[in-house]
Amino acid sequence: MRATIRFRLNGRDITLDTDPNRSLLWVLRTDLGLTGTKYGCGISQCGACTVLVEGSPVRSCGRRVGQIEGREVTTIEGLAAMAPAPGPSGVASQGVLHPLQEEFAERGAFQCGYCTPGMLMEAFGLLAENPHPTRVEIVEGMNRSLCRCGAHKRIVEAIEAAAARM
Amino acid sequence: MNRNDLGPMAVDRRDFFKFTGGGIAVLVTLKDVDLVAAGLEQQRGYPEDFNAYLRIGEDGRVTVLSGKIEMGQGVETSQAQLVSEELDIPLDQIDMVMGDTDRCVWDAGTWGSLTIRVFGPALRAAAARARASLVELASEQLGIPAERLRTSDGVITVDDGSRRVTYAELARGRRIEHRLEGEAAVKAVAQFQVIGTSPKRLDRIAKVTGAAQYAGDIRLPGMLRARLLRPPVHGATLRSVDTSAAEVVPGAVVVNEDGLVAVLHEDPEEAERALGLVRVDFDVPEPEVDNDTVWDYLAAAAPQGRTRDEDGSLERGESACTRVFEHTYYDNYVAHAPMEPHTALASRTGDSITLWASTQTPFGDQRRVAGALGLEPEQVRVVTPYVGGGFGGKASSGQALEAARLAWITERPVQVMWTRDEEFFFDTFHSAALVKVRSGVDGTGGLQLWDYHVYMAGTRGSEVLYDVPNRAVVSHSADAHPFATGAWRAPGANTNTFARESQIDIMAAAAGIDPLEFRLRNASDERLRGVLEALRKAVSWTPAPAPSGRGWGIACGLDAGTYVALAAKVSVNESNGQVRVERVVCAQDMGVVVNPEGATMQMEGCITQGLGFSLMEKIRFRGGNILDRNFDTYRLPRFGDLPQIETVLVKNDDLPPQGGGEPAIVCMGAIIANAIYDACGARLFTMPMTSADVRAALAEVASG
Repeated sequence: MRATIRFRLNGRDITLDTDPNRSLLWVLRTDLGLTGTKYGCGISQCGACTVLVEGSPVRSCGRRVGQIEGREVTTIEGLAAMAPAPGPSGVASQGVLHPLQEEFAERGAFQCGYCTPGMLMEAFGLLAENPHPTRVEIVEGMNRSLCRCGAHKRIVEAIEAAAARM
Repeated sequence: MNRNDLGPMAVDRRDFFKFTGGGIAVLVTLKDVDLVAAGLEQQRGYPEDFNAYLRIGEDGRVTVLSGKIEMGQGVETSQAQLVSEELDIPLDQIDMVMGDTDRCVWDAGTWGSLTIRVFGPALRAAAARARASLVELASEQLGIPAERLRTSDGVITVDDGSRRVTYAELARGRRIEHRLEGEAAVKAVAQFQVIGTSPKRLDRIAKVTGAAQYAGDIRLPGMLRARLLRPPVHGATLRSVDTSAAEVVPGAVVVNEDGLVAVLHEDPEEAERALGLVRVDFDVPEPEVDNDTVWDYLAAAAPQGRTRDEDGSLERGESACTRVFEHTYYDNYVAHAPMEPHTALASRTGDSITLWASTQTPFGDQRRVAGALGLEPEQVRVVTPYVGGGFGGKASSGQALEAARLAWITERPVQVMWTRDEEFFFDTFHSAALVKVRSGVDGTGGLQLWDYHVYMAGTRGSEVLYDVPNRAVVSHSADAHPFATGAWRAPGANTNTFARESQIDIMAAAAGIDPLEFRLRNASDERLRGVLEALRKAVSWTPAPAPSGRGWGIACGLDAGTYVALAAKVSVNESNGQVRVERVVCAQDMGVVVNPEGATMQMEGCITQGLGFSLMEKIRFRGGNILDRNFDTYRLPRFGDLPQIETVLVKNDDLPPQGGGEPAIVCMGAIIANAIYDACGARLFTMPMTSADVRAALAEVASG
């Protein structure tokens, strides 16, 4: 079963002719070559595959590509362009990172880095909902995302720092 | 003995001999083949020629060629710092190449917190030799004595500033063929400009933008994704298989050779679906052991022990004691659960294979793949991209062999990415284990007796650490597990430290002595005392015998040459048994610290990860069936479990850099057990310490 599926991805129009039952995760990683979004568990339990759909974090492994018809999807590759202070053209210039990315990088809020794209997208969604969360709210907001290396402390601190700047 | 004694296995005779110092060949048993092969590899050692470690390009950039791999521990950055320091080259002019068997210095594997401790000195020395060689070459070229030349930022300058030549001009992108005449001493601590500082991690931008490539992110034209047929339980044997329904799936390629059954497709979900069409029948063995019987099972399988340490007389020790304590400590199987599952991409070109693998042992994979395919190691190249966590679990990399075999058979690039289910099923778990300790103190709280038997955890971390005149440490180990076990971050040391430091606490409490004071009273090791004193200061420790009701527990340990002392503050909900770790403080003496921020991140990681096996992680199994196969039932530490974490690096520049990736984790079980006891008087002897266990222990206290 194939269908034509159209959606926006990182600010660009995408048209795919594919099976709408395929997962968004694997369509991103295979057909669209966007490998920043990671497979971690396949059952929406770890958060490594988190992307934004209409600005809200979703687990792309549990989302069928047919469900995002007509929607706006943002992956880690598109996060820098979501920086709140874009360049004069209205598009973030190359080399500019989102404050969350800058704070994660500068504060070492990652180790192996595999969960990092999902963490950043989850954190983006958290700050979109609640721009100035308390530490407890950050912990609650991030609690469904798994990190095995134990970068949690710095991730919380990076989100706090990014929120303070935004 | 002759080759026939070894049975029909087609293994090169050389593999069976261990060459001792006198050149005498010692025949070992088949079971030891891997150990011997590893031993032979260890003997390869690190080369003298600095060209093996680094290259200076025509543009002046320095490429460092390390056989280690980066799995999150930050050694990409700290190794670059070592080279920057000794070669006098800015850090931002260094490019790191790691774990590429065609390009990098051979290495046995990235484990044991060895990168900076053991490879580091070789790398530093190579960089120092490179710098000295460049200076001698500059001296020849400029006609000026080497003593008058200074190096800085990749430039050699005459002391009066009159003339200069760059490394790039001298090396011109070639190997530097130069026999060093003078000395090439590495720098002294006082000269350090880069070692001991905390530059930001080199991988930071790649990792926050999604650009960092892991093995699963590499794409080759015509690449197939493989899904492999797996047994339902360990020990099952394949009776029959019918792949005909999978074969007709459009685009599917089916492999069924020598027990390797796989369905390959360009789309991994389609491969998965087609695999589901394979009809298969397995013989499944009756389960012989489960979580409830595992310790009896292991104890029954335990062989005669091997004594690791003994002194004095246990009999004399016992008679010197006013009180003797006898306890058994238990530990469960624990998964590595790296966020990146085992992944490999293999590509065959003629009779050669290139592999991109998430592995801790690229050179081991090269040897194993070559062996399995009947190739010479030179025909196999293993490239290691960023690895998404390992913790010992990727020292075993079966997926690399699977990808290589499938690429060899299909002659197409093949990617194998284990599903989370496979990742749990094929994990080489942290071993379930038990430790029996009989120990005692005299009337003044002095340790007199230490009779210690560890079953299945091995000897790492089983040092007595304290001054005990009458002691025996005996290890009973055998591969008796119903599935694979292996190295798990500080292997065995988590179990041994839990047992020792719990037992010490029990004795301190019985003697009515503050647990920190009790440890200091029995410790003469200066580094051990140093970390305990640093911990006392960091916590502002006020002495009180346990249980004080405050919920503080301490423990200390030694791992990878590094001493640690940790304290935890917990609260215990006595109605439901829930334990909340509120604060953890860690003091660590690791000798010279190459990158203090990086070392701190490792300490924080150890503390956070260690909450898992201490409080919540345990693989449930029945026989060869692994019951926890994903994160819906296997619980990792989460943000909500995070305590306040404070770390202290104890200055010790007299000692070369020691290990940093593992030490801080070893005390996690004991500090929590001791803190629970301090909070409520309940003593836990089994990890993980679940709320049900805490309730049971509390009930025991209440019943007196």
